[in-house]
Amino acid sequence: MPTNVTRRDLLRSISAMGLAFLVPGLSARAASVRGPKRPKSLITLWLGGGPSQLETWDPHPDGLIGGGTKAIDTAVPGPRVAESYPRVAERMDQLSVVRSLTSKEGDHARGTYYLKTGYRPDPTLKHPALGAVLAHELPDPEVEIPLHVSLAADNFSARGGFLGDRYDAFKVFNPGVNLPNVKARVGEDRQDRRLAGLDVVSRAFSRGRRSRVEGTLHQHTVEQALVMMQSEQLAAFELKDESEKTVERYGDTNFGRGCLVARRLVEQGVRAVEVTLKSFDSHANNRETHALHGETLDTALSALLDDLVERELLDSTVVLVLGEFGRTPEVNPLEGRDHWPHGFSCLLGGGGLASGLVIGETDPTGKKKDPSDPIEIRDLFATLLRTVGADHEKWYDTPIGRPMQATHEGSPIARLIAT
Amino acid sequence: MQKSLRLLPLAVVAGVLFVVGWAAGPGERTETPKTLPPRAETADVLASLASIQDERRAAAGLVDVPPVERADELTVLRRLSLSLHGTIPSLEEIREFEADDADDRLTRWADRLLDDPRFAEYFAARFSRSFVGADEGQFVVFRRDRFHQWLAEHLRENTPYDAIVREMVSADGLWTDTPATNFVTATVANDEIEYSKLAGRSVRAFLGQRIDCAQCHDHPFDDWRQAEFEGLAAFYGKTRISILGVEDGRDTFYEVEDRETLETRAVDPAVPFGAEWLPESGSPRERLAAWITHPDNERFERAAVNRVWGLMFGKPYSAGHVFTTAGRPVDDLPDPPTSGDGEPVDVLGVLGEDFREHDYDLRRLVHAIAATDSFRAASKHPTADTDGSAFEKLEGEWAVFPMSRLRPEQVIGSMLQAASVATIDQNSQLLVRTVRFFRERDFVQEYGDLGENELDEHSGTIPQALLRMNGQLTREIGEANAFTAAGRIVAFSGSPETAVENAYLACLTRRPTPEETAFFSEWIESAPPNRRGPVLEDVFWTLFNSPEFAWSH
Repeated sequence: MPTNVTRRDLLRSISAMGLAFLVPGLSARAASVRGPKRPKSLITLWLGGGPSQLETWDPHPDGLIGGGTKAIDTAVPGPRVAESYPRVAERMDQLSVVRSLTSKEGDHARGTYYLKTGYRPDPTLKHPALGAVLAHELPDPEVEIPLHVSLAADNFSARGGFLGDRYDAFKVFNPGVNLPNVKARVGEDRQDRRLAGLDVVSRAFSRGRRSRVEGTLHQHTVEQALVMMQSEQLAAFELKDESEKTVERYGDTNFGRGCLVARRLVEQGVRAVEVTLKSFDSHANNRETHALHGETLDTALSALLDDLVERELLDSTVVLVLGEFGRTPEVNPLEGRDHWPHGFSCLLGGGGLASGLVIGETDPTGKKKDPSDPIEIRDLFATLLRTVGADHEKWYDTPIGRPMQATHEGSPIARLIAT
Repeated sequence: MQKSLRLLPLAVVAGVLFVVGWAAGPGERTETPKTLPPRAETADVLASLASIQDERRAAAGLVDVPPVERADELTVLRRLSLSLHGTIPSLEEIREFEADDADDRLTRWADRLLDDPRFAEYFAARFSRSFVGADEGQFVVFRRDRFHQWLAEHLRENTPYDAIVREMVSADGLWTDTPATNFVTATVANDEIEYSKLAGRSVRAFLGQRIDCAQCHDHPFDDWRQAEFEGLAAFYGKTRISILGVEDGRDTFYEVEDRETLETRAVDPAVPFGAEWLPESGSPRERLAAWITHPDNERFERAAVNRVWGLMFGKPYSAGHVFTTAGRPVDDLPDPPTSGDGEPVDVLGVLGEDFREHDYDLRRLVHAIAATDSFRAASKHPTADTDGSAFEKLEGEWAVFPMSRLRPEQVIGSMLQAASVATIDQNSQLLVRTVRFFRERDFVQEYGDLGENELDEHSGTIPQALLRMNGQLTREIGEANAFTAAGRIVAFSGSPETAVENAYLACLTRRPTPEETAFFSEWIESAPPNRRGPVLEDVFWTLFNSPEFAWSH
């Protein structure tokens, strides 16, 4: 039987352990503030496998490279998007699209590393993902659940790199359905007894090693886990307070539920959430693959934007939609498109970013490899860091003393910074 | 019974797949040698090391500090088992160890662990991380399983380390039937061999130095120039992948794009030092392999010693002290110190010379390190309870055994072993071994894979604590039933005190203190005899979650 511990019980056991500082007071939390003054968060919708720019935000329906995908008008004059995204199209006034991201990494693992950390893979150093940097730079002691979360996670989920494993995203594979390992497996009496036993064993081990054992922070990590297990904020991972209608609005898919949980986590003050939608890797049947996942994404992203607006959270929440690379202009003999890192798209908006913009252009004939007005990944990262409120020029000391920035000499993209 | 049935589908799948290579390995139990093999004659090495260490401690101002005790022998057995097999010793092994009452039992047990097939498997997995990395790679041309099997086979046969390295660097052929070539194909990205990555990895893995940053600019700390990096990469520049596998092309040469001018220029193979070690004849990779493993190339032996030391202590010799910035990663050694007369002057030098002079015998090296004062020292000291500064210095000088966080594969290996009274090895039932294989893989993923640089410092995480406390695995293997240690201990221990002692030996490889015995016996006594299963489950849960379980010490 899982335990059902009240806040009072928690305070009792916590104060007995000298950990009162771990439990916030009941005063107004930063997370209860709404509007532009609220501390910022980032939601990344990660399109794994490499979504085709031509079947998402950069369609070229009239040329040879169009692949049969039609384009539709959007809420702003100018940008048209692929036909799978009617609901996102209606909300394009809240987003901007970059159509000229450039990369040199055409391999899934390497491209994912690059687009999640802003650095190409380096065998001697692991860089932190953007979400890890934000959790590190913008802590919130009032949040008792992890500040960096990966929903519908896969094996490529965002990690802490040189900032430390403690900044790895907290992984949830089936958001809103199942949150493993957060409930004690025995009743309160037995759990109390176990914790008391832990104290006895730890004391014996500390003898002759006290300074060193304290330095390991083992006990501290266990205590933080215990606080999280009993936190009311854990409810943000569940959907039982949400109406069936809301769940349907996001789409009753793992990704849809992930986007809804992402909104609930951000409401609690979680700093960075990524939600993964896999399987864009359409080496065959590109158009069908993208139509299928397009509907899932269109439904969830539009519901997420609506809720953020309605709850006055969009001004404080950056929404970023991207994958590890785009796909080839040419359609291959299997009706598929292959990996294409040379010019691809992302959507971004919220958090005070300028909206309704289109940046960059790819060649409608597909002959010219490089897009015009190219945007480097490091500049995208600098823009995001700055928008969320982190110093994008800050230098970090890595464990071996090699100085490193969260994004290597990137500059914010001025057009996207709303004035 | 129900549990075994539930696991059956898993076993069927596993039986079909080829991954059971580990499980299907040779299956005879290793006997403890009654007499010592030649590798035991390391007294001279140990004497040299002791005198070097004494000088270092004196220089660090540690002469007046109270002496460090020797570690309890069971503690040393735990260290050996964790570092050589990736698990704690089983209760069965502990009983056998304690029945062996000769003075040199630790030395002989080190050899027993080395001769056990589990050593070859475990060290092959560890070395593989530095030789071919931890990424998935391109499956079409890269087969990690074949590479692992190949390396484990060489470790079982105790092939000289330099021969293993030469084969990796120079082999031609398909990654499936010449598994050494996976060293080359592991670097394939975007469908091309990455020559610069091969050069960087060769120098890191085999010479213990990081020249990767010299790919774009000169090394910030040491004397590595960009041109030297390119010269090394050029040895791989002719290497191609064809339907015949890895081979050297005929009329190709190595070109790089200049970062300043963006023009391409041809680069000839060249070594940054020791040009006299480079043979005139042979393919470029054969020549490079000969240069890397040349007996005069001290970096080669020092790098191997540093890595093996790291696997045994949880941190490489070069890491020195965890709390200072002086420590360096396993593959970033400073240039070798020089002495006028060519005699080794430091720990890596002494062990490296012995390693080279004994045909690069890895087992002899492990055996020697296991016998050092550092490996046999306690991981505690009375000063640590009052002021940590002396303890930090002692740890930095390897005067106490350093505490290090167990890696994920050691945590899962230890949990599975603690939950079983009998040793889980090649003699265990196929079902047990197969379940262990899959559980290890899944657990490592969930606990957080440490990747290629697994000997770096890592912090603990909340998901790890949650997984240990509330995970399905902890519940299943800590359950008191006829198959688990908790169940057997509750059924067969005569008294509560014995039950507590057995649980401690199974989980922590030590006996409880009187205070601990009294505390946990009271739990058992206060429960009626037919309700004692859950009490033992609580004892096991507590021990699994203690810092002592999760750390090497």
